[in-house]
Amino acid sequence: MINIGVIDYGVGNLRSIANALKYVGATPVVSDSADTLMRCERIIFPGVGAFAFGKAALLAKGLHKVVFSAIADEKPLLAICAGMQLLFEHSSEFGNHEGLGVIPGQIDKFDVRAAGVQSARLPNVNWLPLTKSHHVDGLAGELLADVTDDSRFYFVHSYHAQSRGPHTVATSNFAGQTFAAAVGKGSLFATQFHPEKSGPDGLIMLEKFVG
Amino acid sequence: MRIIARLDVKNEWVIKGIRMEGLRKVGNPLELAEAYYKAGIHEIIFMDAVASLYDRNNLFHILEEACEKVFIPITIGGGLRSLEDVSSALAAGADKVAINTGAVKNLSLVGEIASRFGSQCIVGSVEAKRQVDGLWQAYVDNGREPTGLDVLDWIQMLEAAGVGEILLTSVDQEGTRQGFDLDLLTAANSVTSCPVILSGGYGNPGHLNALIRSGHLPGAVAVASVLHYGQASPAELIEHTANPAIADAAA
Repeated sequence: MINIGVIDYGVGNLRSIANALKYVGATPVVSDSADTLMRCERIIFPGVGAFAFGKAALLAKGLHKVVFSAIADEKPLLAICAGMQLLFEHSSEFGNHEGLGVIPGQIDKFDVRAAGVQSARLPNVNWLPLTKSHHVDGLAGELLADVTDDSRFYFVHSYHAQSRGPHTVATSNFAGQTFAAAVGKGSLFATQFHPEKSGPDGLIMLEKFVG
Repeated sequence: MRIIARLDVKNEWVIKGIRMEGLRKVGNPLELAEAYYKAGIHEIIFMDAVASLYDRNNLFHILEEACEKVFIPITIGGGLRSLEDVSSALAAGADKVAINTGAVKNLSLVGEIASRFGSQCIVGSVEAKRQVDGLWQAYVDNGREPTGLDVLDWIQMLEAAGVGEILLTSVDQEGTRQGFDLDLLTAANSVTSCPVILSGGYGNPGHLNALIRSGHLPGAVAVASVLHYGQASPAELIEHTANPAIADAAA
Protein backbone atom coordinates (compact mmCIF):
# COMPACT_ATOMS: atom_id res chain seq x y z
CA MET A 1 0.00 0.00 0.00
CA ILE A 2 1.15 3.49 -0.84
CA ASN A 3 1.64 6.03 1.92
CA ILE A 4 -0.28 9.21 1.25
CA GLY A 5 0.92 12.21 3.22
CA VAL A 6 -1.85 14.61 4.23
CA ILE A 7 -0.49 18.02 5.19
CA ASP A 8 -1.97 18.99 8.57
CA TYR A 9 -1.53 22.73 9.00
CA GLY A 10 -4.44 23.13 11.40
CA VAL A 11 -7.22 23.97 8.99
CA GLY A 12 -10.31 21.93 8.27
CA ASN A 13 -11.65 18.47 8.65
CA LEU A 14 -8.83 16.05 7.88
CA ARG A 15 -10.71 13.05 9.22
CA SER A 16 -12.92 13.05 6.11
CA ILE A 17 -9.93 13.02 3.79
CA ALA A 18 -8.22 10.29 5.82
CA ASN A 19 -11.40 8.19 5.82
CA ALA A 20 -11.88 8.61 2.08
CA LEU A 21 -8.26 7.58 1.45
CA LYS A 22 -8.68 4.49 3.64
CA TYR A 23 -11.90 3.67 1.82
CA VAL A 24 -10.07 3.59 -1.53
CA GLY A 25 -7.34 1.39 -0.09
CA ALA A 26 -4.55 3.80 0.84
CA THR A 27 -2.73 4.44 4.10
CA PRO A 28 -3.09 8.11 5.01
CA VAL A 29 -0.33 9.71 7.05
CA VAL A 30 -1.85 12.88 8.51
CA SER A 31 1.05 14.89 9.84
CA ASP A 32 2.33 18.38 10.60
CA SER A 33 5.95 17.27 10.26
CA ALA A 34 7.62 18.23 6.99
CA ASP A 35 10.16 15.39 7.40
CA THR A 36 7.45 12.76 7.88
CA LEU A 37 5.43 14.04 4.93
CA MET A 38 8.42 14.25 2.61
CA ARG A 39 8.96 10.51 3.13
CA CYS A 40 5.46 9.77 1.74
CA GLU A 41 5.09 8.73 -1.88
CA ARG A 42 2.18 11.05 -2.64
CA ILE A 43 0.96 14.25 -1.01
CA ILE A 44 -2.44 15.76 -0.35
CA PHE A 45 -2.55 19.50 0.34
CA PRO A 46 -6.02 20.11 1.81
CA GLY A 47 -7.55 23.23 3.26
CA VAL A 48 -10.64 25.21 4.07
CA GLY A 49 -11.04 28.71 5.42
CA ALA A 50 -9.27 32.00 4.86
CA PHE A 51 -6.28 32.36 2.51
CA ALA A 52 -4.04 34.45 4.78
CA PHE A 53 -4.70 32.24 7.82
CA GLY A 54 -3.85 29.14 5.78
CA LYS A 55 -0.70 30.67 4.32
CA ALA A 56 0.54 31.77 7.77
CA ALA A 57 -0.24 28.36 9.31
CA LEU A 58 1.55 26.56 6.48
CA LEU A 59 4.68 28.71 6.78
CA ALA A 60 4.71 28.62 10.57
CA LYS A 61 5.37 24.88 10.45
CA GLY A 62 7.60 24.94 7.38
CA LEU A 63 5.05 22.82 5.52
CA HIS A 64 5.31 24.85 2.31
CA LYS A 65 8.56 22.90 1.81
CA VAL A 66 6.50 19.73 1.42
CA VAL A 67 4.59 21.32 -1.47
CA PHE A 68 7.70 22.69 -3.18
CA SER A 69 9.68 19.46 -2.81
CA ALA A 70 6.79 17.37 -4.17
CA ILE A 71 6.68 19.59 -7.26
CA ALA A 72 10.48 19.55 -7.66
CA ASP A 73 10.57 15.76 -7.32
CA GLU A 74 7.54 15.32 -9.61
CA LYS A 75 5.77 13.47 -6.82
CA PRO A 76 1.98 13.22 -7.29
CA LEU A 77 0.41 16.14 -5.42
CA LEU A 78 -3.32 16.74 -4.98
CA ALA A 79 -4.33 20.15 -3.64
CA ILE A 80 -7.93 20.68 -2.54
CA CYS A 81 -10.02 23.87 -2.19
CA ALA A 82 -8.02 26.39 -0.13
CA GLY A 83 -4.97 24.21 -0.85
CA MET A 84 -5.50 24.85 -4.57
CA GLN A 85 -5.97 28.58 -4.02
CA LEU A 86 -2.74 28.81 -2.02
CA LEU A 87 -0.83 27.53 -5.08
CA PHE A 88 -1.64 30.72 -6.99
CA GLU A 89 0.37 33.95 -6.96
CA HIS A 90 -2.08 36.26 -5.19
CA SER A 91 -5.44 36.40 -3.45
CA SER A 92 -7.64 39.40 -2.72
CA GLU A 93 -9.39 37.64 0.20
CA PHE A 94 -9.44 40.12 3.12
CA GLY A 95 -6.62 42.27 1.71
CA ASN A 96 -3.92 41.38 -0.78
CA HIS A 97 -1.91 38.29 -0.02
CA GLU A 98 0.83 36.41 -1.76
CA GLY A 99 0.38 32.72 -2.40
CA LEU A 100 2.98 30.07 -3.12
CA GLY A 101 3.23 31.17 -6.74
CA VAL A 102 3.27 27.67 -8.23
CA ILE A 103 0.40 28.49 -10.60
CA PRO A 104 0.22 31.90 -12.30
CA GLY A 105 -2.89 33.90 -11.54
CA GLN A 106 -5.00 35.57 -8.93
CA ILE A 107 -7.79 34.46 -6.57
CA ASP A 108 -10.78 36.83 -6.43
CA LYS A 109 -14.26 36.94 -4.97
CA PHE A 110 -17.24 36.06 -7.16
CA ASP A 111 -19.08 39.17 -8.26
CA VAL A 112 -22.67 38.08 -7.70
CA ARG A 113 -24.14 41.54 -8.28
CA ALA A 114 -22.67 41.73 -11.79
CA ALA A 115 -24.29 38.40 -12.55
CA GLY A 116 -27.75 39.76 -11.87
CA VAL A 117 -28.82 36.26 -10.96
CA GLN A 118 -31.48 36.34 -8.26
CA SER A 119 -30.49 33.02 -6.76
CA ALA A 120 -26.71 33.58 -6.75
CA ARG A 121 -25.60 33.67 -3.14
CA LEU A 122 -22.21 33.32 -1.50
CA PRO A 123 -20.64 31.04 -0.60
CA ASN A 124 -21.14 28.96 -3.75
CA VAL A 125 -22.31 25.79 -2.01
CA ASN A 126 -23.29 23.53 -4.87
CA TRP A 127 -22.85 20.25 -6.69
CA LEU A 128 -21.65 21.19 -10.16
CA PRO A 129 -20.56 19.42 -13.35
CA LEU A 130 -17.10 19.97 -14.85
CA THR A 131 -16.17 21.01 -18.37
CA LYS A 132 -12.82 19.48 -19.19
CA SER A 133 -10.24 21.43 -21.19
CA HIS A 134 -8.89 19.96 -24.41
CA HIS A 135 -5.67 17.95 -24.31
CA VAL A 136 -5.28 17.52 -20.58
CA ASP A 137 -2.20 15.47 -19.72
CA GLY A 138 -0.18 14.56 -16.62
CA LEU A 139 -1.85 13.67 -13.32
CA ALA A 140 -4.85 15.85 -14.23
CA GLY A 141 -5.45 13.78 -17.35
CA GLU A 142 -5.48 10.56 -15.33
CA LEU A 143 -7.73 11.86 -12.57
CA LEU A 144 -10.21 13.52 -14.93
CA ALA A 145 -10.38 10.51 -17.27
CA ASP A 146 -13.64 9.10 -15.86
CA VAL A 147 -15.42 12.44 -15.41
CA THR A 148 -18.53 12.61 -17.61
CA ASP A 149 -21.32 15.14 -18.17
CA ASP A 150 -23.26 13.35 -15.43
CA SER A 151 -20.50 13.63 -12.80
CA ARG A 152 -21.12 16.14 -10.02
CA PHE A 153 -18.67 17.60 -7.52
CA TYR A 154 -19.18 19.44 -4.24
CA PHE A 155 -18.01 23.05 -4.13
CA VAL A 156 -18.00 25.44 -1.18
CA HIS A 157 -16.16 28.72 -1.78
CA SER A 158 -16.63 32.45 -2.27
CA TYR A 159 -13.30 33.10 -3.99
CA HIS A 160 -12.17 31.54 -7.24
CA ALA A 161 -9.42 31.38 -9.84
CA GLN A 162 -9.98 32.75 -13.35
CA SER A 163 -10.77 30.09 -15.94
CA ARG A 164 -8.43 31.58 -18.57
CA GLY A 165 -5.20 30.56 -16.85
CA PRO A 166 -2.73 28.38 -18.78
CA HIS A 167 -3.04 25.47 -16.33
CA THR A 168 -6.83 25.27 -16.16
CA VAL A 169 -7.86 21.68 -16.82
CA ALA A 170 -11.56 21.91 -15.94
CA THR A 171 -14.07 24.72 -15.46
CA SER A 172 -17.47 25.12 -13.83
CA ASN A 173 -20.08 27.87 -13.81
CA PHE A 174 -21.55 29.86 -10.97
CA ALA A 175 -23.55 33.10 -11.01
CA GLY A 176 -23.06 33.42 -14.73
CA GLN A 177 -19.28 33.21 -14.42
CA THR A 178 -16.93 30.49 -15.61
CA PHE A 179 -14.16 29.71 -13.15
CA ALA A 180 -11.28 27.26 -12.79
CA ALA A 181 -12.67 24.12 -11.14
CA ALA A 182 -9.31 22.37 -11.41
CA VAL A 183 -5.77 23.18 -12.47
CA GLY A 184 -3.00 20.79 -13.44
CA LYS A 185 0.69 20.90 -14.20
CA GLY A 186 2.71 17.72 -14.58
CA SER A 187 2.37 15.66 -11.41
CA LEU A 188 0.28 18.37 -9.73
CA PHE A 189 -3.53 18.33 -9.76
CA ALA A 190 -5.55 20.85 -7.79
CA THR A 191 -9.31 21.05 -7.35
CA GLN A 192 -11.56 23.85 -6.18
CA PHE A 193 -14.16 21.19 -5.31
CA HIS A 194 -13.84 18.56 -2.58
CA PRO A 195 -13.30 15.08 -4.07
CA GLU A 196 -13.50 13.59 -0.56
CA LYS A 197 -17.02 15.03 -0.19
CA SER A 198 -18.29 14.39 -3.71
CA GLY A 199 -19.65 10.88 -3.22
CA PRO A 200 -18.76 8.13 -5.74
CA ASP A 201 -17.50 10.58 -8.41
CA GLY A 202 -14.99 12.00 -5.95
CA LEU A 203 -13.94 8.59 -4.65
CA ILE A 204 -13.12 7.46 -8.19
CA MET A 205 -10.77 10.43 -8.47
CA LEU A 206 -9.10 9.62 -5.14
CA GLU A 207 -8.81 5.97 -6.08
CA LYS A 208 -6.91 6.96 -9.22
CA PHE A 209 -4.70 9.30 -7.18
CA VAL A 210 -3.67 6.61 -4.71
CA GLY A 211 -2.85 4.36 -7.68
CA MET B 1 -30.69 23.47 -5.41
CA ARG B 2 -29.26 20.91 -3.02
CA ILE B 3 -31.39 18.27 -1.30
CA ILE B 4 -30.34 17.52 2.26
CA ALA B 5 -31.48 14.64 4.47
CA ARG B 6 -32.21 15.90 7.96
CA LEU B 7 -31.92 13.29 10.70
CA ASP B 8 -33.21 14.42 14.09
CA VAL B 9 -31.76 12.01 16.64
CA LYS B 10 -32.94 11.18 20.15
CA ASN B 11 -31.34 8.45 22.27
CA GLU B 12 -29.70 6.67 19.31
CA TRP B 13 -32.87 6.79 17.19
CA VAL B 14 -33.85 8.96 14.27
CA ILE B 15 -37.16 10.45 15.32
CA LYS B 16 -39.79 12.43 13.51
CA GLY B 17 -42.70 14.45 14.83
CA ILE B 18 -45.21 16.95 13.61
CA ARG B 19 -44.34 20.56 14.35
CA MET B 20 -41.45 19.09 16.35
CA GLU B 21 -43.80 17.30 18.77
CA GLY B 22 -45.24 13.79 19.11
CA LEU B 23 -41.92 12.20 18.20
CA ARG B 24 -41.87 8.72 16.64
CA LYS B 25 -38.87 6.46 16.12
CA VAL B 26 -38.13 5.90 12.45
CA GLY B 27 -34.76 4.14 12.34
CA ASN B 28 -31.06 3.89 13.08
CA PRO B 29 -29.14 7.11 12.27
CA LEU B 30 -26.08 5.35 10.80
CA GLU B 31 -28.12 3.02 8.63
CA LEU B 32 -30.34 5.82 7.35
CA ALA B 33 -27.43 8.19 6.66
CA GLU B 34 -25.63 5.49 4.68
CA ALA B 35 -28.78 4.50 2.79
CA TYR B 36 -29.56 8.12 1.80
CA TYR B 37 -25.92 8.67 0.80
CA LYS B 38 -25.95 5.59 -1.43
CA ALA B 39 -29.23 6.77 -2.94
CA GLY B 40 -27.62 10.06 -4.00
CA ILE B 41 -28.53 12.65 -1.34
CA HIS B 42 -26.36 15.81 -1.44
CA GLU B 43 -25.75 16.31 2.28
CA ILE B 44 -26.68 14.97 5.71
CA ILE B 45 -27.69 16.95 8.80
CA PHE B 46 -27.58 15.18 12.18
CA MET B 47 -29.55 17.18 14.71
CA ASP B 48 -29.45 16.20 18.38
CA ALA B 49 -33.09 16.55 19.43
CA VAL B 50 -32.37 16.22 23.16
CA ALA B 51 -29.19 18.30 23.33
CA SER B 52 -30.79 21.04 25.38
CA LEU B 53 -31.80 18.50 28.03
CA TYR B 54 -28.14 17.60 28.62
CA ASP B 55 -26.73 20.93 27.40
CA ARG B 56 -24.31 19.10 25.12
CA ASN B 57 -24.25 17.25 21.81
CA ASN B 58 -24.56 13.47 22.15
CA LEU B 59 -23.99 12.48 18.53
CA PHE B 60 -20.20 12.59 18.12
CA HIS B 61 -19.87 8.79 18.15
CA ILE B 62 -22.49 8.54 15.40
CA LEU B 63 -20.69 11.22 13.41
CA GLU B 64 -17.34 9.42 13.74
CA GLU B 65 -18.81 6.21 12.37
CA ALA B 66 -20.89 7.91 9.68
CA CYS B 67 -17.95 9.70 8.10
CA GLU B 68 -16.18 6.38 7.51
CA LYS B 69 -18.89 5.44 5.02
CA VAL B 70 -20.60 8.65 3.97
CA PHE B 71 -18.51 10.82 1.63
CA ILE B 72 -20.66 13.92 1.32
CA PRO B 73 -20.88 17.00 3.57
CA ILE B 74 -22.16 16.33 7.08
CA THR B 75 -23.56 19.02 9.35
CA ILE B 76 -24.08 18.45 13.07
CA GLY B 77 -26.31 20.53 15.30
CA GLY B 78 -27.68 20.64 18.83
CA GLY B 79 -25.98 21.52 22.08
CA LEU B 80 -22.88 23.18 20.60
CA ARG B 81 -22.19 26.05 22.98
CA SER B 82 -18.49 26.91 22.74
CA LEU B 83 -15.53 27.05 20.38
CA GLU B 84 -14.25 23.84 22.07
CA ASP B 85 -17.55 22.06 21.29
CA VAL B 86 -17.28 23.11 17.66
CA SER B 87 -13.65 22.08 17.48
CA SER B 88 -14.59 18.62 18.84
CA ALA B 89 -17.45 18.32 16.34
CA LEU B 90 -15.13 19.09 13.41
CA ALA B 91 -12.51 16.69 14.75
CA ALA B 92 -15.21 14.00 14.92
CA GLY B 93 -15.79 14.46 11.19
CA ALA B 94 -18.34 17.26 10.77
CA ASP B 95 -17.88 19.61 7.84
CA LYS B 96 -20.27 22.17 9.28
CA VAL B 97 -21.93 22.93 12.59
CA ALA B 98 -25.46 24.28 13.01
CA ILE B 99 -25.82 26.69 15.91
CA ASN B 100 -29.10 27.93 17.39
CA THR B 101 -29.19 28.26 21.22
CA GLY B 102 -25.41 28.78 21.31
CA ALA B 103 -25.78 31.87 19.12
CA VAL B 104 -28.87 33.17 20.94
CA LYS B 105 -27.01 32.98 24.26
CA ASN B 106 -23.76 34.40 22.88
CA LEU B 107 -23.72 35.81 19.35
CA SER B 108 -19.97 36.45 19.50
CA LEU B 109 -19.50 32.66 19.37
CA VAL B 110 -20.48 32.81 15.69
CA GLY B 111 -17.69 35.27 14.91
CA GLU B 112 -15.18 33.20 16.86
CA ILE B 113 -16.08 30.07 14.88
CA ALA B 114 -16.02 31.94 11.56
CA SER B 115 -12.61 33.48 12.12
CA ARG B 116 -11.09 30.23 13.37
CA PHE B 117 -12.65 27.74 10.93
CA GLY B 118 -14.18 29.90 8.20
CA SER B 119 -17.75 31.00 7.53
CA GLN B 120 -18.33 27.97 5.30
CA CYS B 121 -18.40 25.69 8.34
CA ILE B 122 -21.01 27.57 10.38
CA VAL B 123 -24.72 27.32 9.71
CA GLY B 124 -27.07 29.60 11.64
CA SER B 125 -30.01 27.41 12.67
CA VAL B 126 -33.24 29.38 12.99
CA GLU B 127 -36.55 27.88 14.17
CA ALA B 128 -39.27 30.21 12.89
CA LYS B 129 -42.81 30.26 14.22
CA ARG B 130 -45.43 32.51 12.66
CA GLN B 131 -46.94 35.09 15.03
CA VAL B 132 -50.40 36.68 15.02
CA ASP B 133 -48.98 39.81 13.37
CA GLY B 134 -47.90 37.72 10.36
CA LEU B 135 -44.19 37.94 11.18
CA TRP B 136 -42.06 35.14 12.60
CA GLN B 137 -40.39 34.76 15.97
CA ALA B 138 -37.17 32.75 16.48
CA TYR B 139 -37.46 29.77 18.84
CA VAL B 140 -35.00 27.39 20.48
CA ASP B 141 -35.36 23.87 21.96
CA ASN B 142 -37.23 22.37 18.99
CA GLY B 143 -39.71 25.18 18.68
CA ARG B 144 -40.63 25.20 22.38
CA GLU B 145 -38.86 28.27 23.77
CA PRO B 146 -39.47 31.73 22.30
CA THR B 147 -36.43 34.00 22.17
CA GLY B 148 -38.19 37.33 21.64
CA LEU B 149 -36.14 37.76 18.45
CA ASP B 150 -37.80 38.62 15.15
CA VAL B 151 -36.64 35.98 12.64
CA LEU B 152 -35.76 38.47 9.90
CA ASP B 153 -33.77 40.66 12.31
CA TRP B 154 -32.07 37.59 13.73
CA ILE B 155 -31.05 36.28 10.30
CA GLN B 156 -29.38 39.61 9.53
CA MET B 157 -27.57 39.52 12.88
CA LEU B 158 -26.35 35.98 12.19
CA GLU B 159 -25.08 36.94 8.74
CA ALA B 160 -23.29 40.00 10.11
CA ALA B 161 -21.74 37.80 12.80
CA GLY B 162 -20.29 35.49 10.13
CA VAL B 163 -22.50 32.47 9.35
CA GLY B 164 -22.07 30.98 5.86
CA GLU B 165 -25.58 29.54 5.54
CA ILE B 166 -28.95 29.78 7.28
CA LEU B 167 -30.90 26.61 8.15
CA LEU B 168 -34.43 27.97 8.31
CA THR B 169 -36.94 25.61 9.90
CA SER B 170 -40.60 26.48 9.74
CA VAL B 171 -41.95 25.10 13.02
CA ASP B 172 -45.49 25.57 11.69
CA GLN B 173 -44.90 23.43 8.61
CA GLU B 174 -42.41 20.94 10.09
CA GLY B 175 -43.60 17.33 9.78
CA THR B 176 -46.99 18.36 8.37
CA ARG B 177 -46.18 17.50 4.73
CA GLN B 178 -48.41 20.47 3.83
CA GLY B 179 -45.81 22.36 1.80
CA PHE B 180 -43.14 24.93 2.55
CA ASP B 181 -43.69 28.35 4.11
CA LEU B 182 -42.91 30.27 0.91
CA ASP B 183 -43.60 33.64 2.55
CA LEU B 184 -40.95 32.86 5.13
CA LEU B 185 -38.40 31.88 2.47
CA THR B 186 -39.12 34.97 0.35
CA ALA B 187 -38.79 37.24 3.38
CA ALA B 188 -35.57 35.54 4.50
CA ASN B 189 -34.04 35.67 1.02
CA SER B 190 -34.74 39.39 0.86
CA VAL B 191 -32.81 40.16 4.06
CA THR B 192 -29.77 37.90 3.62
CA SER B 193 -27.29 37.14 0.87
CA CYS B 194 -26.36 33.78 2.45
CA PRO B 195 -27.75 30.57 0.97
CA VAL B 196 -30.89 29.54 2.88
CA ILE B 197 -31.56 25.87 3.63
CA LEU B 198 -35.33 25.60 3.84
CA SER B 199 -36.64 22.96 6.24
CA GLY B 200 -40.15 21.88 7.08
CA GLY B 201 -43.20 20.97 5.06
CA TYR B 202 -42.19 18.90 2.06
CA GLY B 203 -45.07 16.53 1.29
CA ASN B 204 -45.09 15.87 -2.45
CA PRO B 205 -43.24 16.88 -5.66
CA GLY B 206 -45.76 19.67 -6.22
CA HIS B 207 -44.32 21.43 -3.20
CA LEU B 208 -40.86 21.48 -4.77
CA ASN B 209 -42.43 22.66 -7.97
CA ALA B 210 -44.23 25.51 -6.22
CA LEU B 211 -40.89 26.49 -4.74
CA ILE B 212 -39.15 26.54 -8.12
CA ARG B 213 -42.01 28.41 -9.79
CA SER B 214 -42.06 31.02 -7.01
CA GLY B 215 -38.70 32.27 -8.29
CA HIS B 216 -37.40 32.55 -4.72
CA LEU B 217 -35.11 29.58 -4.59
CA PRO B 218 -33.46 28.39 -1.42
CA GLY B 219 -29.85 27.24 -1.58
CA ALA B 220 -31.07 23.87 -0.39
CA VAL B 221 -34.09 22.04 0.91
CA ALA B 222 -33.83 19.82 3.98
CA VAL B 223 -36.24 16.90 3.98
CA ALA B 224 -37.03 14.19 6.50
CA SER B 225 -40.47 12.51 6.45
CA VAL B 226 -40.49 11.97 2.68
CA LEU B 227 -37.30 9.92 2.96
CA HIS B 228 -38.02 8.24 6.29
CA TYR B 229 -41.39 6.98 5.09
CA GLY B 230 -40.10 6.04 1.64
CA GLN B 231 -42.37 8.37 -0.36
CA ALA B 232 -39.55 9.43 -2.68
CA SER B 233 -35.88 8.61 -3.10
CA PRO B 234 -33.12 11.24 -2.95
CA ALA B 235 -32.48 10.70 -6.67
CA GLU B 236 -36.14 11.38 -7.47
CA LEU B 237 -36.14 14.60 -5.44
CA ILE B 238 -32.96 15.77 -7.17
CA GLU B 239 -34.44 14.96 -10.57
CA HIS B 240 -37.59 16.93 -9.67
CA THR B 241 -35.58 20.04 -8.82
CA ALA B 242 -33.64 19.75 -12.07
CA ASN B 243 -36.75 19.23 -14.12
CA PRO B 244 -39.97 20.82 -12.79
CA ALA B 245 -42.00 19.27 -15.62
CA ILE B 246 -41.48 15.88 -14.02
CA ALA B 247 -42.61 17.32 -10.71
CA ASP B 248 -45.76 18.60 -12.43
CA ALA B 249 -46.55 15.15 -13.81
CA ALA B 250 -45.89 13.48 -10.45
CA ALA B 251 -47.88 15.98 -8.38
